[in-house]
Parts: sequence; C-alpha cells; structure tokens
Amino acid sequence: MTVASSSPPSRLLRAKARPGGDGALAAVFVAPAMLGFLVFLLWPTLRGVYLSFTRFNLLTPAEWVGLDNYVRMVNDPIFWDSLKVTVEYVVINIGIQTVSALAIAVLLQRLTQSAVLRGIVLTPYLMSNVVAGLVWLWILDTQLGIGNEIISAVGLDRVPFLADETWAIPTIALINVWRHVGYTALLLFAGLQAIPNGMYEAAKVDGASEWRMFWRITMPLLRPVLAVVLIMTVIGSFQVFDTIAVTTAGGPANATNVLQYYIYGSAFGRFQFGYASAMSVALLVVLSAITVLQYRLTRAGQTDLG
Amino acid sequence: MAAVTATTTTPPAVRPVRRRFSLGRVAAWAVMGLIVLITLLPFYWILRTALSTNAGLRADPTNPLPVDLTGTGFERALGLQSAEEVVAQGGAGGGLRFWRYLLNSVIVSTLIAGCQIFFSAMAAYAFARLNWRGRDTVFGLFLAGLMVPTIFTLLPNFVLIKQLHLVDTLLGIALPSLFMTPFAVFFLRQFFMNIPREVEEAALLDGAGKVKIFFRVVLPMASTPIITLSVLTYITAWNDYFWPLMVSYSDSSRVLTVALAIFRAQTPAAGVDWSGLTAATLIAALPMLVLFACFARRIVSSIGFTGIK
Repeated sequence: MTVASSSPPSRLLRAKARPGGDGALAAVFVAPAMLGFLVFLLWPTLRGVYLSFTRFNLLTPAEWVGLDNYVRMVNDPIFWDSLKVTVEYVVINIGIQTVSALAIAVLLQRLTQSAVLRGIVLTPYLMSNVVAGLVWLWILDTQLGIGNEIISAVGLDRVPFLADETWAIPTIALINVWRHVGYTALLLFAGLQAIPNGMYEAAKVDGASEWRMFWRITMPLLRPVLAVVLIMTVIGSFQVFDTIAVTTAGGPANATNVLQYYIYGSAFGRFQFGYASAMSVALLVVLSAITVLQYRLTRAGQTDLG
Repeated sequence: MAAVTATTTTPPAVRPVRRRFSLGRVAAWAVMGLIVLITLLPFYWILRTALSTNAGLRADPTNPLPVDLTGTGFERALGLQSAEEVVAQGGAGGGLRFWRYLLNSVIVSTLIAGCQIFFSAMAAYAFARLNWRGRDTVFGLFLAGLMVPTIFTLLPNFVLIKQLHLVDTLLGIALPSLFMTPFAVFFLRQFFMNIPREVEEAALLDGAGKVKIFFRVVLPMASTPIITLSVLTYITAWNDYFWPLMVSYSDSSRVLTVALAIFRAQTPAAGVDWSGLTAATLIAALPMLVLFACFARRIVSSIGFTGIK
C-alpha cells in the first residue's frame, strides 16, 4: 500500500461531526464484528484456557481439577512423541518449502514477469489439503500409483511412501510443500518487487553474474520479508492436520501422530476435552513464542529496509 | 500475516530484455518448466484416472491416457448408479451423494464469504472514518485477536455450537466465521484509510450521510480489494476440513472435504475405488479452479504484504 493519502486531516469532516462524534452510527457499524469477536474469538480463547484445568467429557459439566491435565501431559510419552513428530514435520516442510519458494520467486522475477506463470504456480493452493492429500495418495500408491510404477521401471524397489514409519512424515511434508509453495513464492515475489530494478542494472554493468547478484542484492534486501514469511509459514505448519487425517490417520504406529491429530483424537475419540485443551494451550504457547519472534524480526526488518 | 495487499501495482514492464542464449538462461527455463510440470501433471493424472475404469487401472497402471474411457467414476461419485452397479465396478456401497455436498459447500462458503467480508467492511469503516470514543482501544483489541491461531478456538467453539444445538447444521459450520476475522477488518481498514478524503468530502457537501457514503462511495472505490478478499475467503471456507469434520455428522450438513475423506475411508474389499475417488476429488476441486480463473489476474497481482505497523 504505497499510495497513502497525503491530504491533511480534514477540517470539513471534523466540523460536520456531531459533538459526541459518530458514536451511535459507529456502534451499529461495529456491532456485528464485535459480536463475532466476543462470542467466537475472545470467549472461546478464555474458555479454552479454563477447560484445560478441568475434566470435561461434553456430557457432564466441566469439573475443576487444577493442574492435573498438565501433570499428565508432562508425563505422557505419546504427547512428547507427537511433539517430536510435529517438529520433524515442520523442519522438513519449512526447509524444503522456503528454499523452493525462494527459487521460484527469483525465477519469476529475473526470468519472466509472466502473470500466467504466477497463476499456474498458485493452482495447487486452490485445492484443499484433503484434495492434495488424495491426489498424492493415488500417485504414490504402492501397487498402482504412477510414482511407484516409475520407480520400479527404473529398477528400484517400490516404496510404501505413506505406509512406512520412516517415509510417512517426509512424504506428508512434501505433499504440503506441493500445495503451499506457490503461495509462499508469490509472497516472496511481492517482496522482490520492492527491490529497485536499477540495482540489478547497475550490477550488470559492473559485470556481476546472476548468482552474485542473488547473494549481494536479492538476499540482503529480501531478508526482512523472508523472516516474516518464514514465521508465518512455521505457524501454519505446526497446525498440520487435514493431510494426515486423509492419508495416514496418524499411523503407521503413531509415526504421523502430530500434535493436532493427537489433540483431535483425545477430544473426539476419547472425549477428554480437558486434556485436549491443555495440549492446545501448550501448542498456543509454542505458537505465541514464534509470534513474538515474528514481531521482533519485523521490527528489525523495518529499520533494515530504511 | 496471511497477506493480501490492496495495491494492484503491476511490475514495471519496461525492462530491456536482451534475449541472448546463455547456458544459465536455458538451465533456468528448464527448471521453470520442471516446476510447471510438477505443479500441473498431478491434475492431469487425476483426470485420467477419473475417466478410467477400476479394472482398467489395475490392468494398465502406466497408460498415460484414460484406460477404457468412461464416465462411470463420476456417476458413482454423484450417486447416479444403482447399488449393484457400484459394487460391480469396484465402488463402495456407501451411497455418497456429491450433489448434496456440493450444494452444502456452496451454501457454507457463500454465507461465510458474503457475511464476513460485509461485516468486516462495516467495522473497518467505523475504525477508519468514524469518530467515536474508544475507537483505538477497540481496534487494538481486534488486532490482539490476530495473535490467537484459529485452531485454538476450535474445541471451545465446538462446545459452544453444541450448547446452541447447532451441531450437524450448515449454520453451525458457518457461524464462527460469519462475523469477522481480525485480518479482514485490519486489511480493509488499511485500504479505507487510503481513500482520499476529498472524495468523501465532496459527497458530504452534496448532503450525503455517512451511511450513504459507505455504500455509495467507499464500498465501490474499494471493490478490488473487497473482491480479492472475498474470493480468497470463499476458497478458504470451501477448503476447510477440520472444523466441518467436528461439527457435521450426517448428509444434511456434510461438505465436500468431509465427504471426500469418508469416501476415502470406505475402502471396498477389492481395493480403493480410485476411479470414483479421483472423480469426486475433481468435483471438489474444479469449482475453485473456475472461480480462480475468473479473477486470476486480480488475485495474482494483489498477493503481497500488509505489514503490521
């Protein structure tokens, strides 16, 4: 948003304003959003924290149990295991996605400015995670999937991508890279557009190679945007659920039992809403820490951009 | 934040592109071509599978064209086949009716995109242009809402929807997203603030009230970001799986994403009904591709940043 209105604060609008301001009108305009905010955002947030201190199965009223759920959580090996699986997923997913998105963004900027190509790159993002999961479930099917047909045609052994404890998490991480990388690339592309083209022209006159320009111009100037995108995608990545629900359902042998899947199972499979809420609070704490980091980095980025 | 900008600045096209053949350039185009292939080939493969028969798929898994070209996969997904036909062709007998789910998805997504953007725009206007006490405090509160990941509110919201007896209804699925998201309010407020005040003043001089200005001046002037935001909200609502999974139990409120997962879970004894499943997948995905195609240029050029200051 570059075109900020430069007109001074209007006297006319002020003069027209009634002494009490537009209070009544504003109340009407804000009311629906306020209702949504209070009932479906603020209240559930507080209630989620409250429920984490209770035993609650939906049928009988919640019963206060103090820190019981948290004590149980700390001593629950499945919880720690699912946290580990989640982090493993996030690292693989974000690592590959960020590098690929950066490569695509730079190609889109330096090679061509084609809007058609940008549209194509974005298409997987229009699919739901469920659709993306099913598409790759079919392609990677051990018996009939074209992926495994190609692998066996080359002379290698078929890989049970989603049915193998070692392969399942990397595979799901890659499926989600396929769906999200275009959107991430376009965010980075928008950041690249802010770099004045003259800098590349000048570097070219000095005989710099594309490779050198990438490290000396693109990377330093994109760093703040990259930081924000990174934090944003990490937060999204921690909430992985859909793809796992339709492809592996947490298996094999809990190998893909990510935190959000465990939380869902605790609440809707075993009706332990209190325990599920405690784990949600734990996830919220992790995500908040990342968000705080985001604000720090953004601020650092702003001074950086000048 | 999940980001869209209001500016539709197209990149400066006046870049002198010297078309020289360098090895690097060729390699770069090759990589770009590979990316396009990886992006698009899975869609073709799904289409090819949906137009094949299950028997054909088993007999000839590598054929690049549909095996025994047929529309039975789509018939099965749309519930147009008799139970005997379904079983004979390797489908599950569950009787899923994708017409119904398609309609449900349309209702939920339209409700959410329409109401959420309209209510958010109203609030955004009050924050951007109306003078009232406590404005900045309330806005700060809304902004703080950005900190809460949606996923945290799902469990408590489910409890609330259950208490309201809205479980297994379309309204129950739409309700939590119906009124606002902090992002939509923030995003639209930024845009409204950038509309030159002179335009509104002119309308004021003509004797228009602030309500009229909102509907006749501000909304039309902000049509580009509003349409972009609406389309993206529509797509997000359409693709949502976790929340509808919690709330809906039966056909009356089942949306496409949930139905797809159920279809996938109903594996017949002979193996997955890939033909029917991929047909159903296409039915779920196609409307968003069409919607996107209509607005692609606008959306693609407006994805960018709204840094929070």
